[in-house]
Amino acid sequence: MYEFDWSSIPGALPLLAKGLMVTFEVTLTAIVVGIVWGTLLAVARLSSNKLVSFAAASYVNLFRSVPLVMVILWFYLIVPQLLRSVFGDALGDIRLASALIAFSLFEAAYYSEIIRAGIQSVARGQIAAGLALGMTYAQTMRLVVLPQAFRNMTPLLLTQAVILFQDTSLVYVIGLSDFFGTAYKVGDRDGRLVELLLFAGAIYFIISFAASQLVKRLESRYAR
Amino acid sequence: MIEINQVSKWYGSFQVLTDNTTRINTGEVVVVCGPSGSGKSTLIKCVNGLEAFQQGTITVNGVSVGDPATNLAKLRSHVGMVFQHFELFPHMSITENLTIAQTKVLGRSQDEAVSKGLALLDRVGLRAQADKFPGQLSGGQQQRVAIARALAMDPICMLFDEPTSALDPEMINEVLDVMVELAQEGMTMMCVTHEMGFARKVAHRVVFMDHGQIVEDAAKDAFFGTPRSERAQQFLSKILNH
Repeated sequence: MYEFDWSSIPGALPLLAKGLMVTFEVTLTAIVVGIVWGTLLAVARLSSNKLVSFAAASYVNLFRSVPLVMVILWFYLIVPQLLRSVFGDALGDIRLASALIAFSLFEAAYYSEIIRAGIQSVARGQIAAGLALGMTYAQTMRLVVLPQAFRNMTPLLLTQAVILFQDTSLVYVIGLSDFFGTAYKVGDRDGRLVELLLFAGAIYFIISFAASQLVKRLESRYAR
Repeated sequence: MIEINQVSKWYGSFQVLTDNTTRINTGEVVVVCGPSGSGKSTLIKCVNGLEAFQQGTITVNGVSVGDPATNLAKLRSHVGMVFQHFELFPHMSITENLTIAQTKVLGRSQDEAVSKGLALLDRVGLRAQADKFPGQLSGGQQQRVAIARALAMDPICMLFDEPTSALDPEMINEVLDVMVELAQEGMTMMCVTHEMGFARKVAHRVVFMDHGQIVEDAAKDAFFGTPRSERAQQFLSKILNH
């Protein structure tokens, strides 16, 4: 019978907290950049310009058709060289930079699909009304369509953020010490892998479940 | 003011408008009627370029709508339009609905836009609703706000696309009253509507469309007296005798 020994956790808490901050940093960056870039992609995809819409569709389809782990690895192999050739060796943690970029670009593809559906959920007559008042297409999008679209899709965007929060654990493949990576390293060091991974899993569960419940409450409020 | 000259339009190979010609002079009120699917809504949307057309020309105040060089946004900013489903912006208060285009399109100051918006709201009898949201208003009230929103841009003419078709019967009159008042003040108006009472009261001319074509274009009295086309006679007998 396996005997649990949780004693290595208290001492590792500062390290684990640092790891959790990295996890949050990747998550928040990917949410913000992903939504901004995803919005541009969604608008481009709905554009009447065939070339623009094709380019956006290709981007989205490409990123949605490859595993996230591979994207993270690819960017780790490409981005550092690219950044080094620009900035020299003055860079900080190259792994964090490449992870931030990989997640942002990858999530943008998923966000853009959510946002596209959100834009299409706004009645077409609203665009006509904006244009009829003399607004440009861009003004109509920004002032009339997108505010309504975001309101309709807030629950979906938040749900995607919860998934993203869990997916950031994949950065372990490039050795970045996020929450999961730190837990793994501490457990490995102390020979207490099972305890550390159970603990990490519990924390992921608590945060994700709490966030999901929050989304549910938001949803029922919007549905009213 | 509005000159529509031999306008035709196709959706793919399906022709929705065929060789339509008519004009609306400054100060004139023209009612466009006809059975549903006759192309009247499509035609009125061509006037401010919300719908493209493939043949013919439309000029509004001397500006060609179909010309790719035309700044459509600028043209639309002084051509008011009222829609069947109101199309107020649901995420903005009534006041914001009335001011957004004034500030963002015409570049008016917030103060100027608000006082103009509230004055027009007063005029359509809804001053008390200024801080509410569109969803809190009845259909008739929303449509009156929509008219005020269009008027806030100081339009040179107004387009009405079935403004009362989506309303409960008891709300139709409050909207028509605003339109009648507007017509009596000399606003140039093109109205797609089935409200023949409104047409009799204020229209100068009535245009009757069927199957994408203008079948009859006559002065009001001539139209209601003795429409020349059989199709218009049938239409009139159907909607007047019930």
